Amino acid sequence: MTDERKPRVAVHKFSSCDGCQLAFLNLGPDLLRLAELVEIVHFAEAGPSNPDADVDIAFIEGSVSTPDERERLRRIRAHSGFLVTIGACATSGGLQALRNLRDSESEWREAIYARPEYIDSLAHATAIREHARVDLELWGCPVDGRQVLAAVRALLFGVPPVEERDKVCLECKRHQTVCVMVARGEPCMGPVTRTGCGALCPRFGRDCYACYGPAEGANTTSLAHRFEGLGLAPEAVARRFHFIHSGQEPFTGAGNEAAGIIPGKAR
Amino acid sequence: MSIYGFLHRSALKQLPECLNEAGYRCIGPRVREGAVTFGELTSIDDLPRGVGDEQRPAHYRLGEREDERLFAWAVGPQGLKSWLFTPRETLWRSRRDDDGRLYFETGSPADDRPLAAIGVRACDLAALRLQDAHFLEREPDPGYRKRRAGLFLVAVDCTHPAETCFCHSTGDGPACESGFDLALHELDDGFIVHAGSEAGERVAARLPLLPVGEEQEAARRDQQRAAIDAQQRALPGRNLRDALFANLDHERWQAVAERCLSCANCTSVCPTCFCHSHEEVPDLDGRTSEHLRQWDSCFTEGHSYIHGIVIRAETPERYRQWLTHKLGSWHDQYGRSGCVGCGRCITWCPVGIDLTEEATVICAEAGDD
Repeated sequence: MTDERKPRVAVHKFSSCDGCQLAFLNLGPDLLRLAELVEIVHFAEAGPSNPDADVDIAFIEGSVSTPDERERLRRIRAHSGFLVTIGACATSGGLQALRNLRDSESEWREAIYARPEYIDSLAHATAIREHARVDLELWGCPVDGRQVLAAVRALLFGVPPVEERDKVCLECKRHQTVCVMVARGEPCMGPVTRTGCGALCPRFGRDCYACYGPAEGANTTSLAHRFEGLGLAPEAVARRFHFIHSGQEPFTGAGNEAAGIIPGKAR
Repeated sequence: MSIYGFLHRSALKQLPECLNEAGYRCIGPRVREGAVTFGELTSIDDLPRGVGDEQRPAHYRLGEREDERLFAWAVGPQGLKSWLFTPRETLWRSRRDDDGRLYFETGSPADDRPLAAIGVRACDLAALRLQDAHFLEREPDPGYRKRRAGLFLVAVDCTHPAETCFCHSTGDGPACESGFDLALHELDDGFIVHAGSEAGERVAARLPLLPVGEEQEAARRDQQRAAIDAQQRALPGRNLRDALFANLDHERWQAVAERCLSCANCTSVCPTCFCHSHEEVPDLDGRTSEHLRQWDSCFTEGHSYIHGIVIRAETPERYRQWLTHKLGSWHDQYGRSGCVGCGRCITWCPVGIDLTEEATVICAEAGDD
């Protein structure tokens, strides 16, 4: 970028835990270097608040779960050049999309809130792409700072960011981690999960729980059978697939199939 | 006359000491994360004493043995591959100055000391010859060549093959025939030591070797015979090229793909697979960049991506690519099959797909035609 104007960047929050915004804040010295390369015009969690500003790159955390968010997203899309979703909630609906499975939004609302009439939410919590055109999706719960910076760098160069779609297993093996499924019988989701985390969980001795969502060509049917072979009950198999990305195929279907859920019917 | 003798179990500790004194960094089998893998050896006590293993498709467990044996297990998930063809390596760095000039420098090696690997099995020696053929012939790979040139190999005959092993059918084991500096054959009370190179002779000359007795020779023959007899699996032939390529439309490719996770565990643990991808990792400031080479696999979509098209988009095509290359076109490239019978792809496949079974089914029909 040689022009005098720095690219303008916004970071928006929708229904989420703020963990992906923290991935920005946790960049440390790189955040300062980033601030020299771009002008951060909106990032309420870090300070600047200017939600309707025109920007070159808009990062969006969180799912759409209220009528207000739906409207706000329309305005952001109209004011943004390149729109990037960050994290599980924005890319698939995240944890809150679990309520979609039971079609029981009102039931939950009554059970949880003391004054449910104050809550104005949509029947389903959904991914940003369900409501607006998305140019790039960065997966993970939370996203990885390295991926965020790589995406910004690619956009500053004017080239499409490299999408990482391989399975976690390949990265796990590059780290020479011993397979937790084969050597310990853990129900690891690595063989169907998108890479990008650096095989973080297996490297610390635990099974992957698929927070980066489905990899390309994910064979969920075969892995579900394997989990049954490891002794998991059908409900437990369903929870493996529905945990973080219940709103994303093929995880939605794999979980439903394991649990015997017929989509659209409350049990 | 090469050195040949018996080393008492209590004297084995002198081997890593001799190697360290000769300037080598020693690696050997160690128990890590529930598996036997190569790691830095600080002393002989790091070796897996009294450790046995249980392997079957998609299953690996270690257990305790009632003896003091150090090598009474079959190969773990990792051979020598990761030490020579490293999983991720910086090939070069580039930098652009204020005037737009570009500068390049080579990636820096982590540790320059030559490596001595203790406990290498016959299957991994065979795999090493294949990796050498790939990385050293025609256009030698500088990083691989440097690491390989200093490598000192202490081989160990395999006396306890796993249920997944089939090196006898590929002709690569279980005994170590050549390609080592020193070879050990473990007996109850010690090791028969055999030097296979000048470097090996120099190290062996410093060990307190005794003459090998007739009983020890007999015990060795018995163990070698038992290691062959213990192998339950086999490939249906040593050259399956024509049989595989005559069956590119076999229905089994679809059937195996229904189980296959296309996860690249098989190719990653395979000691001969050499596929890799390159990645440019620019620094945030856009002035410097690292060029990485990392392990790739024919089971990724990127492996068959050519300018907008993924040639092998579906798993049946990817599995077929792997098997027809490994057991088929490898013969044209390197004069032999790419399979050394180590069985790792069977043990470490998360769903236990058995290459010997798939090859047997797919190649059986060719004979019937």
